[in-house]
Amino acid sequence: MNTTTLNAPKATLAQPFWRGLKLGDHLFALVMLIAAGVAFGRYRSFMDGYEQAILLGCTLGAIALGWFWKPVRLYLPLSGLVALAGIGLYGDDLTRGQSAFWLKYVLASQSLVMWMCVLFVLATGLYWLGLARRSSTAESIASGMTWAAAGAAMSWFFVRWYESYLIGPDVGHVPVSNLYEVFVLFCQITALMYLYYEQRFATRRMGGFVLLIISAAVGFILWYSFERGAHEIQPLIPALQSWWMKIHVPANFVGYGAFALAAMLGVAQLLASRGILASRLPSYDTLGEVMYKAIAVGFLFFTIATILGAMWAADAWGGYWSWDPKETWALIVWLNYAAWLHVRLVKGWRGNVLAWWAVIGLFVTSFAFLGVNMFLSGLHSYGSL
Amino acid sequence: MRFAISLLTIIAIASVIGTVLQQNQPYPNYAIEFGDFWFQPFQWLGLFDVYHAGWFLGILAFLVLSTSLCIYRQLPGVMRDVRQYREQASLKSLRAMAHHVELPAAQPTELLAQSAQWLQAQGYRFKQVERQDGTMLAAKKGSLQRLGYLLAHAAIVIICIGGLMDGNLPLKLQEIFGQKAPELRNVPQSQIPPHSRLGEANLSFRGVLDLPEGAAGDVVFLNAGRGYFVQELPFTLRLKQFHIEHYSTGQPKLFASDIEVTDKASGKVTSATVKVNHPLIVNGIAIYQSSFGDGGSQLEFAAWDWFGKQAAPQTLNAVSQNSQAIEWNGKPLTLEFGDFRAFNIENLAEAAEVPGMAKMMQDARQVKADKKVKNVGPSIQFKVRDAQGQAREYLNYLAPFEQDGRYYLMSGVRSEVAAPFAFVRLPLDSNFTLDTFMRLRATLFDPTAWPQIARRTADKAQSEGAISAPYRPEFEQSLNWVLQRFSEGGFVALERFLDDKVPQDKRQAVAQTYIKLLQGAVIDAMAVAQTRAGLPEIALDEAHYRFLMDSLVAVSASFDYGSDFYLQPRSFKEVKSSGFQLTRSPGKNLVYLGSLLMVLGIFCMFYIRENRIWIWAGDGRVLLAMSANRRDEQTEREFAVHTDKLADLAGEHKEVQS
Ligand code: HEM
Repeated sequence: MNTTTLNAPKATLAQPFWRGLKLGDHLFALVMLIAAGVAFGRYRSFMDGYEQAILLGCTLGAIALGWFWKPVRLYLPLSGLVALAGIGLYGDDLTRGQSAFWLKYVLASQSLVMWMCVLFVLATGLYWLGLARRSSTAESIASGMTWAAAGAAMSWFFVRWYESYLIGPDVGHVPVSNLYEVFVLFCQITALMYLYYEQRFATRRMGGFVLLIISAAVGFILWYSFERGAHEIQPLIPALQSWWMKIHVPANFVGYGAFALAAMLGVAQLLASRGILASRLPSYDTLGEVMYKAIAVGFLFFTIATILGAMWAADAWGGYWSWDPKETWALIVWLNYAAWLHVRLVKGWRGNVLAWWAVIGLFVTSFAFLGVNMFLSGLHSYGSL
Repeated sequence: MRFAISLLTIIAIASVIGTVLQQNQPYPNYAIEFGDFWFQPFQWLGLFDVYHAGWFLGILAFLVLSTSLCIYRQLPGVMRDVRQYREQASLKSLRAMAHHVELPAAQPTELLAQSAQWLQAQGYRFKQVERQDGTMLAAKKGSLQRLGYLLAHAAIVIICIGGLMDGNLPLKLQEIFGQKAPELRNVPQSQIPPHSRLGEANLSFRGVLDLPEGAAGDVVFLNAGRGYFVQELPFTLRLKQFHIEHYSTGQPKLFASDIEVTDKASGKVTSATVKVNHPLIVNGIAIYQSSFGDGGSQLEFAAWDWFGKQAAPQTLNAVSQNSQAIEWNGKPLTLEFGDFRAFNIENLAEAAEVPGMAKMMQDARQVKADKKVKNVGPSIQFKVRDAQGQAREYLNYLAPFEQDGRYYLMSGVRSEVAAPFAFVRLPLDSNFTLDTFMRLRATLFDPTAWPQIARRTADKAQSEGAISAPYRPEFEQSLNWVLQRFSEGGFVALERFLDDKVPQDKRQAVAQTYIKLLQGAVIDAMAVAQTRAGLPEIALDEAHYRFLMDSLVAVSASFDYGSDFYLQPRSFKEVKSSGFQLTRSPGKNLVYLGSLLMVLGIFCMFYIRENRIWIWAGDGRVLLAMSANRRDEQTEREFAVHTDKLADLAGEHKEVQS
């Protein structure tokens, strides 16, 4: 029986969202619509009907996201401005990337990605410092850095997109086409999801754990570009020339990002259950709750992504399901999380078993994401190592 | 439920096997990989085609059954929940709920009316009834949440049914009952017997058809274990032309086929271009661009004799992807032509310098690398098989290959399929022909030319004062001897002689002498060759000297070439072929419908909250109870809000009363 909340300041209900909209929301929507309008006006000739629909969908999606989670109203326009500065400096000459000071050190896509890497690693350190010293200053700086890193990733996305067209109009494409590009996307999405939960649950104590997996991805990005030169922009081979790619890949990465985040919270929960850091971390149940929420979101997007993948396969390979290793592993990942959700929702399981399961889930997911490309051969022409 | 999870686990494990073990390879490959001992049980378990194995389909069918049963059992309950307001819930059960509150209230009727308004504004639907013990307002919101469960599970059943429709279950059954059997032989399509042919009425299939440009086909081939089936089509597919385009970086940019589809029944003709990612759908059959290759190009070669005195080539006409028998110097041989390729794009990056840190930073900043890719031109691959069945494989290029400003024709040779090609570089003269080289080669192999060459070389040596007159006959003899040795086996023959006859401590010096003699003699050999052909001598400059040295290397290499002749590709008329995949999959729409339901279902289950509220009034009291499908902080908040509101309303009425 719970009446204690009565003493709290008068609770209010979630209203229908449009009644809660303020000036800032409308302004944001306006800015987004103008940006989309300009993009449409200038680049219409590069887009087919599907792509125009995707532009519209993305614009509306971004507006909805900003209304749902207010910081996005600053995040998107600011990253957009940084990207515009980079694009403006380039003009129509790719070689300016090596001569113009601001491009060379900050605004070219490769500089932005380096800043992203540095900021993520620093933020990881600061989150841990904050946890160790119980220092909220360190934590709030870390949080700011994570925002900045996610912003750099967003700007990177637009600048790189533009650069690809500077290399050649037939080379240009949205940067979600190879393993290197999607790793940056992974860092960005995981960081944004984390920042959402950080605000939603008003605790910065989970940051150290989540940022660890992002730092691991950063390590991979650095290795991949220094050792393999993977950052070079390559034109799209025929199999990838499809508008399905533009939605299938990002949807997948919401899933992967969410599963990775859940796994790291699982690690935190397991440590807390052994009394390690227990007094510093959010409560055991809160960790479990965030983990559940992340897996639920991830599962929804992963389902959508898998379905989109099947529809793409129907266009590209002549069958919506070919038991290609990548497809099959997507199914395994999907079954794994479906089972996880079943036992939590239907059987009411809680606790360490689910935490372990989420951690193992990350290994399964990583195999589907990386291992398949490394060890198995199949139809996926996409990003072999 | 536990059983369902076990089945899901088995499916997951079986799926893993299918990804680790490459599926649907030709059976002999497996036999080689695993050995006969394991091959048999693996085949019996269907591990080479896990996803169509009986037991796998069985588990899927069982899953469909158990999920259907689950839906069937749950359906009445869910529908009741969706429809009913549970307005008859007893006070006892309401008071047992985790979220309930009871207040005194004087004018229950008005309070209920206002509560109803309030709840309606919050998106609740409600029903009000008079009961023996008072008035009950039962309200609820988010019933879709309960439907979500049904949607997601129905989706699984629908997707599986769609998948089974598109699978090869009917064919498998026909195979089991002996009505159909795959064709194992390699015979012309028209001779394949009816029990290996599938009619146009076949519900679903997925097969391939390879067509050279200009050809047409009206059947596709379906892979089936060791053999294949022939599926008849309701139309004829003709390939007009295949296109391939490349980016400047060498990657492929476009694969496309211009096709013409003629319906057999109506004669209607549809013309279209199919590309990767852009299939054409005719009569419910989708036509995909899936591969491409050489469809039998017409080739013309200059066949040069390697070892004879003959300097001029013969012409040889051939068609790629075809075999032909020839006789060369009295030996019967078979030429088996493979792929003709019009483009060969190679990455000619110099051996990478070891990058320093600064260089690496520089590279990492640029999104565009300077790649040296180049189209090295058309090539043809073929095997030469002798009467004993021994074969060597060759890869000959048509276009000259430039290296340090000099030009060569390249020919690769290997005796094992897996081995890399060893390349011979044939030097081209200033007219970019092989004529000069071949003249020189023929002269070097002509014993009657040797004394002539030796005399010229000796003349020169004597006039330059390099040798004295008494020494001359011996010098000429040595030259003659070196030329003879060389013509018997190139540098290797000379080396073998050194190893056999010369003491080890002298070999180095003697070898130097031989090389010098050969280098001198080849200049005169060229001159003799020119004179014999009635051509002017070629001035000896740096370039010509290099040409002669390259020629010596090439002639020497010819002893390892393994063939008595060299086929120089001279011209071609390309005929490409295109591989199509043709699919009929009526289950596709069911699968997509199921997918949509699945997404809707998951969304409803996770993101719609099902809340129920009961407000009972009577006896001067009001009772509010709330149930929610999820117990979390938002539920607490909502309950608090409703409690506040009720307290407000009850308070108002109390004031009115007092
Ligand atoms: C998409 C995510 C899924 C969710 C959220 C979900 C949810 C549920 C729920 C709530 C139940 C409880 C029904 C009950 O016994 O009251 C259930 C049972 C069940 N689910 Fe799922 N399910 C999902 C996917 C699947 C999948 C993929 C399968 C199998 C292919 C499956 C098969 C079953 C079966 C067989 C039961 C047992 C029904 C019974 O015992 O009556 N579900 N599921």
